[in-house]
Amino acid sequence: MIEQEVRTPAPDTGGARPRGGGLVIGLGVFVALILLRLITGETDITSSGTMGATLALAVPIGMAALGGLWSERSGVVNIGLEGMMTFGTWGAAFGAYFSGNPWLGLLGGVIAGALGGLLHAIATVTFGVDHIVSGVAITILAPGVTRYLSDLLFTDEQGGGATQSPPLPSFPTWSVPGVGKPLGSLEKHHWILISDLAGLVRGVLTGLSPITLIAILLVPASFFLLWRTAFGLRLRSCGENPIAAESLGVAVYRMKYAAVVISGGLAGLGGVFLAMVASSNYQEGQVNGRGYIGLAAMIFGNWRPGMVAGGAGLFGYADALQLRGGAGAVHAMLLLIGIGLLALAVWRGYKGRYVAAVISAVVAVGVLLWFFLTDELPREIVTYSPHITTLLVLAFAAQRLRMPAADGMRYRKGEGA
Amino acid sequence: MIYRVLAKSYTRTIVAALVALVFSIAITSIVLSVSGFNPPSTFQAMFEFGKEPDSIVNTVNRAATYYLSALAVAVGFRMNLFNIGVDGQYRLAAMLAAAAGGAWALPVVLHQVVIVIVAVVVGGLWAAIAAVLKVTRGVSEVISTIMLNFIASGVIAFLLNPSRLATKVAGSNNIGTKPISSSGRMPGIAYPGSELKVYSFVLIAALAGIAFWYMINRTRFGFDLRATGLSQSAAVASGVDAKRMVVTAMVMSGAVAGLVGMPQLLGGSYSYSLDFPTGIGFTGIGIALLGRNSPVGIAFASLLWAFLDQSSQILDFNDIPKEIVAITQAAVLLSVVVVYEIVSRVGKRIDQRHVAAQLGEVPA
Repeated sequence: MIEQEVRTPAPDTGGARPRGGGLVIGLGVFVALILLRLITGETDITSSGTMGATLALAVPIGMAALGGLWSERSGVVNIGLEGMMTFGTWGAAFGAYFSGNPWLGLLGGVIAGALGGLLHAIATVTFGVDHIVSGVAITILAPGVTRYLSDLLFTDEQGGGATQSPPLPSFPTWSVPGVGKPLGSLEKHHWILISDLAGLVRGVLTGLSPITLIAILLVPASFFLLWRTAFGLRLRSCGENPIAAESLGVAVYRMKYAAVVISGGLAGLGGVFLAMVASSNYQEGQVNGRGYIGLAAMIFGNWRPGMVAGGAGLFGYADALQLRGGAGAVHAMLLLIGIGLLALAVWRGYKGRYVAAVISAVVAVGVLLWFFLTDELPREIVTYSPHITTLLVLAFAAQRLRMPAADGMRYRKGEGA
Repeated sequence: MIYRVLAKSYTRTIVAALVALVFSIAITSIVLSVSGFNPPSTFQAMFEFGKEPDSIVNTVNRAATYYLSALAVAVGFRMNLFNIGVDGQYRLAAMLAAAAGGAWALPVVLHQVVIVIVAVVVGGLWAAIAAVLKVTRGVSEVISTIMLNFIASGVIAFLLNPSRLATKVAGSNNIGTKPISSSGRMPGIAYPGSELKVYSFVLIAALAGIAFWYMINRTRFGFDLRATGLSQSAAVASGVDAKRMVVTAMVMSGAVAGLVGMPQLLGGSYSYSLDFPTGIGFTGIGIALLGRNSPVGIAFASLLWAFLDQSSQILDFNDIPKEIVAITQAAVLLSVVVVYEIVSRVGKRIDQRHVAAQLGEVPA
């Protein structure tokens, strides 16, 4: 009977605008990167290797972020994504190794992650445990469980042990035909724009794993499910005002369960990628904070699928750059950050916010001095550039964000006043 | 009868803890049985090993470290501030304190005091980054402190380099800070029947617990802290400066976190090297949750946790993976939060019925 209302969902202010805006921002960033490459001579800034690695590293972060989005849209904060990804890495190894089939590894990882989500749902939805407490507990639980199970199941296998699985069967990779070679030669010339574009296209279209494709498709699929179906509207209503949703006959508990289990499954998929695509076996500590970076990407993306994917891309790029380009390429980024902060200072001055402008300007000058007075950043610290990026991005961007109104709130059926 | 048992909040806590303990022993037994081991003999082996004098000393030492870590977490938890960054705070603090203690030659007592002060200041400052980001930029402290953990690892790796603050440890591939001279060490306390010494920092951990209790229950600041935790809007309405509370509580939490590495540094290793224990910050979160953020509860929880860690050492000799203990610990943790939730709900219902009965509205 609520079909009627559902067919015309409330006008979604963010629906069209950010997608167009995102394109403009993306183009702007790309042009800035090209300029940066020309000025500093760090070719890895736009190389196909870096772009391919960006995509690869963005997938697990993006899946965690999308998982967080599903959960938080239903009003459950999921800080346990890290643990669910850990379950996913192990589940992938279990499924793939004992069946010899990578696709069963995919299934195993998603199920393992979803079970982690189910545990979170039982604790938070049924028992009303604080969401952060439950999430932290799951993140503590996951490494213990996986270590125990690995010790039982993998130690007697060839190449396996308590902290890693034996080598796993891998997925076939796939490239768009006719792209690799011609673009590769274009890229070598380092022509302005053309070579950079070639690097981007070649990096993104060659050597794709099926998991990457699935992950990319899950972004529009999530948008469609959450914003264009009755199920999605009901689910989101639980995150905005569960008491109102309840009064309209929405089964709030069931919706929250569905969202959190899907969230765990998505995080598990990110784990599958880490164990089977980014690496060739399960290793302890493989997730390495990506679940939390995913949460940051979700916040940065303002709880919207397209923007969240953009955020994942940003963190993926930070990771790819330090892996591929190393200390030199990350050092070049200082110039970009410095100029960006200087622009921010001018903007804030123009807006009359002088204190903020002065702070930005001082930091900008500091960063620029750092760039011009040094040749390289310390390797030990560059390793953590995704984490530093996360912190900086949240510090400078967490402003006009709107989280679901009832996010993290405890909801008990029938207790709404 | 049930009313009397559940009337006091601390009995509720005890009931919840006991139920959770029984539940997690049951879970552990099931996991052991499914894996083909005999639960009673496993528990017996652990208990026999755990009550040897050497094990007791190790348990107490470990528990002191866990206790400080959990206290640091609890300071924030009491006002719903999640300092997940204790891990980075204590490692960076221990590393810089060790470097300072190794580099400076100072008279006894002053030397120890300076090392501890350096640790406390470093821990507090590292936590302050997250606090400032939260109050000025609205960045969730959960994410910022986690990121700061990673960044702390980077900073430590950078500084712990032979060309900077570290030296090679003689006779191994390990590198560490210059060892603290004997004037900066804390002598251990002998325990009958064991060659090992109990860290004297255990006493300071206990003092920290008393100070925590006093601060929470007997000071204006502690009252504001608890009030903010229970209802931020009510606290703000009654004149609490929420931003200042966030910064103060976070810095205090970080300062306590700075103490976490001290028992080991001053009583055992005397230098910060690559094999300095890591991950204690996360253990502290679990223990704080288990001990319900109260100084006494945390003391029991950290002893239990340390006992499980220590007594599980024997299991590898019996071919049982000692990680079974991690499952026990996680089961305790998850079940205690769930059980406490249920117990307090039941308790509240009983309270209501009791009050109603006394008012004569419902026949008792």
